[in-house]
Amino acid sequence: MRYAETGYNLEIDLSRGNIERVETDPRLTELHLGGQGTAAKILWDRVPPEVEPFSPDNLLIFSSALLHATPVPGANRSVVNTINPQTNLYSHSIFGGFFGPELKHAGYDKIIFRGKSPNLVYLWINNDKVELRDASHLQGKGALETAALLQEELKDPKAQVAAIGLAGENRVYMASIEHANSSASRGVGSVMGDKKLKAIVVRGTKDINVARPAELWEICNRQYKEIYDNPYCGDVFLREDDDSWHVNNFAWGNARVRNKNYWTKEVEEQWKEITERVRVRWTACYNCPKDCHQAIAFPGRPKYFQKCYSKLTYAMAAFEGLKFNYDILGVTQEYGLDGFSTPQVLAFAVELYEAGILTDNDLPGFPSDGAGRFFYLVEKIVRREGVGDALANGVYWAARQIGKGAEAFDHNTTKKFEQVPLKLGKVNHPYFIMYATGEKMAITQIEGSYPQTPEPDIEERKRLVEGWVAAPERFKKWFLEWEPRQDPPVEASVNIADWNEIMHYVDDAVGTCAFLSSFRGQFGCRPPYHIYNLPNFISLATGMDLDADGLWEIASRNRNLIRAINIRRGLKRIDEKPPDDHWKIREPEMEQKLLDAYYEFKGWTNDGIPTKDTLDKLGLDYVSEDFVQRGILTGNEGTPSKETSAGKDE
Amino acid sequence: MKGALEKKKIKTIKVNLDKCIGCRACEIACSAFHANPKYSSVNPARSRIRMVIDLLNDEYVPIRAADYTKAECDGRHVYTINEKEYSECSFCGSVCPARDLFKEPDSGLPLKCDMCEDDPPQKEPLCVQVCRVDALTYEEKEEEVEEEVKLGQMEIGLESLVGKYGLQKIVDTVARMSNK
Repeated sequence: MRYAETGYNLEIDLSRGNIERVETDPRLTELHLGGQGTAAKILWDRVPPEVEPFSPDNLLIFSSALLHATPVPGANRSVVNTINPQTNLYSHSIFGGFFGPELKHAGYDKIIFRGKSPNLVYLWINNDKVELRDASHLQGKGALETAALLQEELKDPKAQVAAIGLAGENRVYMASIEHANSSASRGVGSVMGDKKLKAIVVRGTKDINVARPAELWEICNRQYKEIYDNPYCGDVFLREDDDSWHVNNFAWGNARVRNKNYWTKEVEEQWKEITERVRVRWTACYNCPKDCHQAIAFPGRPKYFQKCYSKLTYAMAAFEGLKFNYDILGVTQEYGLDGFSTPQVLAFAVELYEAGILTDNDLPGFPSDGAGRFFYLVEKIVRREGVGDALANGVYWAARQIGKGAEAFDHNTTKKFEQVPLKLGKVNHPYFIMYATGEKMAITQIEGSYPQTPEPDIEERKRLVEGWVAAPERFKKWFLEWEPRQDPPVEASVNIADWNEIMHYVDDAVGTCAFLSSFRGQFGCRPPYHIYNLPNFISLATGMDLDADGLWEIASRNRNLIRAINIRRGLKRIDEKPPDDHWKIREPEMEQKLLDAYYEFKGWTNDGIPTKDTLDKLGLDYVSEDFVQRGILTGNEGTPSKETSAGKDE
Repeated sequence: MKGALEKKKIKTIKVNLDKCIGCRACEIACSAFHANPKYSSVNPARSRIRMVIDLLNDEYVPIRAADYTKAECDGRHVYTINEKEYSECSFCGSVCPARDLFKEPDSGLPLKCDMCEDDPPQKEPLCVQVCRVDALTYEEKEEEVEEEVKLGQMEIGLESLVGKYGLQKIVDTVARMSNK
């Protein structure tokens, strides 16, 4: 018997309509755990670098994660991986809700789509019965609307649905996949649309077994309480009415200006009143006692869910207020648009219009107010009408398609992907490394374990460190010595970037929510899940023998494998940089030194390529062989000469 | 036939729908507790408490598996809540031939909430333990109830005969038979 996982994947060939249930290799679970980890292995094996994102040979992989459908609280984030048309690199997206656990109860760990359907279809998984069905009646329907229609059509209100809206159908690069109270962002919706897959519906009623039941239940039962009582986890910011942190610190417009005096007591009261009026309920994801999502009923709009910083992204990008944000979300959620990147594309278009690069010929009848303009542009983009066709490709590509100097307005992308709108003073060393080298395209998916800023009060600093069970010892020392307006030492910066990203690689393989783990150490230093307690949860659920070092090694293996996918697709050191004006004051020499140090620490060459030694030690010999064959590596990089000669002497 | 009054412990799970966040931990805990061996598997489909959820219509209702449905139930009432129509069955906890709810997915046998009877006893049912937001709360109170008088076999038989033919006819028949 397999514990925690089902041991089967679904292979769906959309071109031929073929469906297979395929047993998985348990050894891969030991090497990669599940979720993003095992998905990366499949992408490496089956999507060679010459495959274009919109080729039928590109895969779209929906993964449950290793701890889904076990009693482990807050293990509910499902993962979508593919090759992204915007970046032409590995694409990673996660979403909460109920999808992954339901998929496992149906008897599958993953759904792997290949090919392209000739007509719009949806996939209906009802335990052992799996079928592709015509979805022509759902064409153009909203994402959540589609879910409701399918539950009704299939007469199963308990079925879980992941669907795209019009944006995905029209291959808009910012298209999301919407499920219940959650969204999969960072562009995966465009590949789903390209494959003409409107939705996945899943219903499962099978058992998921765990290896050591009584012990696992005991720590899980305690963990519900720990999570619920812990004030530093969940979506702490969204649960507060004080939005000053985002409003004052993040940039408005096309990531242009900070508005430090916007927030006042009056604004807070007004916003609180609006929010309480439109909020129907706070809701949770599967098996988690934190309620991080708002169900919203805005007059005249279909009901939807609001999560995270999307409460403000449209408002700030359009220089509008909170009411507008709730209003436009009622439109964009149904179209299936990513609430992080879309507002930036809209603000970028407004700037181009104001600069005379886009004119009334491009935007006939363009309104004069921020709100009106955003609504106007959304309609153009989701239908790829007129200039909306270029804008639907995101800021980087639109700037180049529009030309006439539009490129200069693309100032907030990294690796062709829109970044969180932050414009800050002086370069922050660990953040420089994370922005430059992260494989997940959004800083929120990389940062999170180590505090963002030093704690000025030495007593408070000591208090934080004292109960900081999540942190390996070295970080406690660095944090204690970290004074305001100081940069951490290079060694510390490299380690901070490493620890931060490793925790995300852990979460994204086992399914624990970042709001309980990898994203939540940075404020208050008390995440409920961390590198020291997760191995016990994983061991008791799966029967694997795992400790903190072992878990770290698996996360490193996944991290290096994903880097390898991108290296093979042509990622270069020169691409590894933050948005041009992310910081006003830069330190070019220091930045290159940081990059050198990080690469060296990771066991990568000076070009950011994992060396043969590094890969082989992680059991990724097949990657190093491929690299040598392709001439990406010679095989002699970074091998300490002493070791080699000692080996020869024997 | 009336029994004497006696004190009895009444176990109740109270449900506050306003507090429910729809996490379904109650289903998970219930199915884990009733797995064999205990806690060895999770499967909400085996749970004796089920969330009836319509996320967007603000419907978050945990329902506990109760007795087998009464034969005379016709479930014909229709309720409208937030402009959505519900049948009487929507929030009913009975195990019923008319639907799949609260039946073992494999055998089809009925499931019934047993308040997590355990040895040593649990401090409260598992669904309540994991419901940290207190949508489910446990209450034990002592109530004076009539002592249940256990009927003997003959009494049970006679009662049903009385129900069918009426007391007078039974008395007449017994009198006639004893005259033979």
